[in-house]
Amino acid sequence: MRATRPAASLALACLLFALFVGAWQLSSSTGFGTAEVADPEYAALVGAAAATGGQTPFPSPFEVAARLWQHLTDPFYVRGTNDQGIGIQLAYSLARVLAGFTLAALLAIPLGFLIGMSPLLYGALNPFIQVLRPISPLAWMPLALYTIRDSSISSIFVIFICSVWPMLLNTAFGVATVRREWLNVARTLECGALRTAFRVILPAAAPTIMTGMRISIGIAWLVIVAAEMLVGGTGIGYFVWNQWNNLSLADIVTAILLIGVIGMVLDQILAMATRAVAYQE
Amino acid sequence: MGVFDDPFDPTGRPWSCPCGRHASVAEHEAALTCEPVAADVDALTARTVETAVARAVFGTETRRRAFLGLVGEATAAAALAAAFPLAAAREAFAQAPRRIEKRDLKVGFIPITCATPIIMAHPMGFYAKHGLNVEVIRTAGWAVIRDRAINREYDAAHMLSPMPLAITLGVGSAPIPWTMPAVENINGQAITLANKHRERRDPKDWRGFRFAVPFDFSIHNYLLRYYVAEAGLDPDRDIQIRAVPPPEMVANLRADNIDGFLGPDPFNQRAVFDGVGFIHILTKELWDGHPCCAFAVSREFITQNPGTYHALLRAIVEATAYSSNPANRREVAAAIAPQNYLNQPVTVVEQVLTGTFADGLGRVQRVPNRIDFDPFPWHSMAIWILTQMKRWGQIRGDIDYAQVAEQVFLATDTAEAMRELGLSPPAGTKRTHVIMGRTFDPADPEGYLASFAIRRV
Repeated sequence: MRATRPAASLALACLLFALFVGAWQLSSSTGFGTAEVADPEYAALVGAAAATGGQTPFPSPFEVAARLWQHLTDPFYVRGTNDQGIGIQLAYSLARVLAGFTLAALLAIPLGFLIGMSPLLYGALNPFIQVLRPISPLAWMPLALYTIRDSSISSIFVIFICSVWPMLLNTAFGVATVRREWLNVARTLECGALRTAFRVILPAAAPTIMTGMRISIGIAWLVIVAAEMLVGGTGIGYFVWNQWNNLSLADIVTAILLIGVIGMVLDQILAMATRAVAYQE
Repeated sequence: MGVFDDPFDPTGRPWSCPCGRHASVAEHEAALTCEPVAADVDALTARTVETAVARAVFGTETRRRAFLGLVGEATAAAALAAAFPLAAAREAFAQAPRRIEKRDLKVGFIPITCATPIIMAHPMGFYAKHGLNVEVIRTAGWAVIRDRAINREYDAAHMLSPMPLAITLGVGSAPIPWTMPAVENINGQAITLANKHRERRDPKDWRGFRFAVPFDFSIHNYLLRYYVAEAGLDPDRDIQIRAVPPPEMVANLRADNIDGFLGPDPFNQRAVFDGVGFIHILTKELWDGHPCCAFAVSREFITQNPGTYHALLRAIVEATAYSSNPANRREVAAAIAPQNYLNQPVTVVEQVLTGTFADGLGRVQRVPNRIDFDPFPWHSMAIWILTQMKRWGQIRGDIDYAQVAEQVFLATDTAEAMRELGLSPPAGTKRTHVIMGRTFDPADPEGYLASFAIRRV
C-alpha cells in the first residue's frame, strides 16, 4: 500500500459524512401526507404526520443529535427500576461482557494449550469443537434460561459460550504451530516441560492467542446486545428494545452509535495488547 | 436538667422531681411508667373492640358512668352483646393484623394498558399503603415473563388470563400449579388493520391475511380465531396467525410484514397515532366484558407467604377499583405513561383509558368503556378459555373444566378482598356469557364446543 496523505483521507471522510447526513436529512423530511384534516379534535389526538394522512417519518439528523446530546449530558441518572441513564445501561452490558469473556479466557487458554500440545487430545476433542462452534450463541439462550434459572447469569453464559471458541481454537493453533527448531533447541538445552511451555511456547503463541481474544471480544459485544433484547431488564440491548417499544428511533440511533464506539474501544484495547506481545522472527 | 441543657427552654426537663414526692427526676419517671402489659395480643384486640363499641354506644363519659352505675357491669356487657355481635367483631378484628412474611417484592409486567392496576399501584402508592415495598419490572415478552415467574425471579406477575391455566395444565411449559387471584382489565383490545385495507372491512374478505397476536395462550388469539371462524374462515388454513410481542406489532404493520393484529393497547392507538393503521373493531364489540390480562402468582407463593399474598391482593383489588373509576382515568394515564412504566406519549395512553379516541379513519369515537377494570375472576370465563384451548387443539383429551377453573381462578379470595375494601362482589362464580351473539353456558362446555363447525377436535 502506498503511503497516503492523512489530511486527504480526513477530508474525504468528512465529505462522505456530510453527504450521508445530507441524504438522511432529505429522506427523513418526506412522509407527511397532503390530505387536509378538517377536524381539529382528531388532529390533536394523532401525531403530526398522521393528521395529514401520512406516517410518522424517520427522525432527522438534528433530532438524533439532540437526543444524543441529552443522553451524553446526563448519562447516569436513575429514576426507578425501568428508567436509568444510558451510561448505566452501557456499564451493565460491559460488566456482563467482561464477566463472560474472563470466564471463557480462563477456560479456553489452558485448554487450548493442552489441545495444541497433545495431538491425541486434539483429535479426540476436535469433533465436539467443530459441532459446537457454529451454533449461534443465542440458540443457547432458552436452554440456559431453563437450566440456570436466572436471566442475568444466562446472558453471561451466552457471552461465555460465544467467546470461548475463537480463543480455544486460536490458542490450540498457535501452540501447535510453534516452530520445531525452537522446541528442539529447548530440548537440547534440557528444559523441562513446564519451562518449555512458559518460556518458549507461550511467547511464541502469544500473538495468535491475542488475536483469538480480539475476535472473541468482538463477538461478545455483538451478542450481548441481542441477548439483552431477549431477556430484558438492564443493559444497552434492553435500552434499544425499550426504545423500539416506544418507536423512538432517535434513541435507537443514539444507542447504535454508542454501541459502535464502545465496540471500537474494546477492539483497540486488545489490538494494543496484541502489538505488545508481537515479535519479529 | 443536666448542666449542658438549655436553662432558658420552658419545655426542657425540670431541675428536680416535678411533683416533689420523689428524690430525683429518674425516680419520678420510673414511678410514672406503666406496668408492662401481658403480650396476649388476642385479649388486647378483644378489649380494643369492646372499648370502641362502648364508646360508640354511650357517646360521653358521663353517660357511660351513669349507665354502668345504674345496671352494673355484667348486665351492661350482656345488654350490649345482645344488641351488637361483639364476638363476631372481636373475631373479625383478630384476623386483621396479619404478619407480612416478605415485604420486598418483585412484580413483572408487560408495558401495555392492560397492566394499568399493577403498574399504577406503584407510583400512586397502593402497594405502600398495604405495607409492601414492590418493585415493578418491565419485561420483554410473555414467554420471558412466564419463565421468570416460574424461576422465582418475580414474586408475582402480570399474565394473560389463559396463561395460569396453561401453566397449571402444563401446556407449553412444565406443569406447575399457578393461580389467578384477580383479573386486571376487561375489554380494551382491538383489531387494527393496515391503512391499505380500509375498503376490506368484512372478515370474509380476509383470506390470506397475516395477523399478529401477543401470545399463543391469549384471549387475543382465541377472540381472533373466534371472529374469523364466525365469518367462515378457518384460522389455521385461511389466514396466518403469528405470536408477536405487542411492542413489535406496530413496527411490523408499518413494515408490511402483517396485515393486522388483534393486540393490546396502547399499540392499537399507537398505530393510529403514527398513521400506520386504523382500528377496525374493538374487542368489546365481540364479547362485552371479556377478561384479558391478569394478576398471577404461583400456588407455592400463596402457601409460603399467606400474609404477603393477602396484602398484595388487596393492593391490586384496590388499585383496580381506582382505575375503574372514569373520573380517575386521566390521572392514571399521566402516572403510567412515563419511561419508567409504559414509555408512551401521554395522549396515546389517555385516549385508551378515557375512550375518546381517533380511530384512524378520520373520526373521533367516544366509547367510555373501551377498557374497564374488574378484578372478579369468573369461573365461567376460565371454562370458556378452556373450551377454546380445546377447540384449537392446545389441550387434548377430557378435562374437568369446573375443577381446573376453581383451582386457578381464586374467586373466593377476590370476593373476600373486595368485601373488605367495601366493594360488592357478585354472589355466584359462574354466569352465561354472550360472545358475538352466541350464548355460552358454563354448565355445558362440551355441548358448546360441539356447536362450532370449525374446530380441531
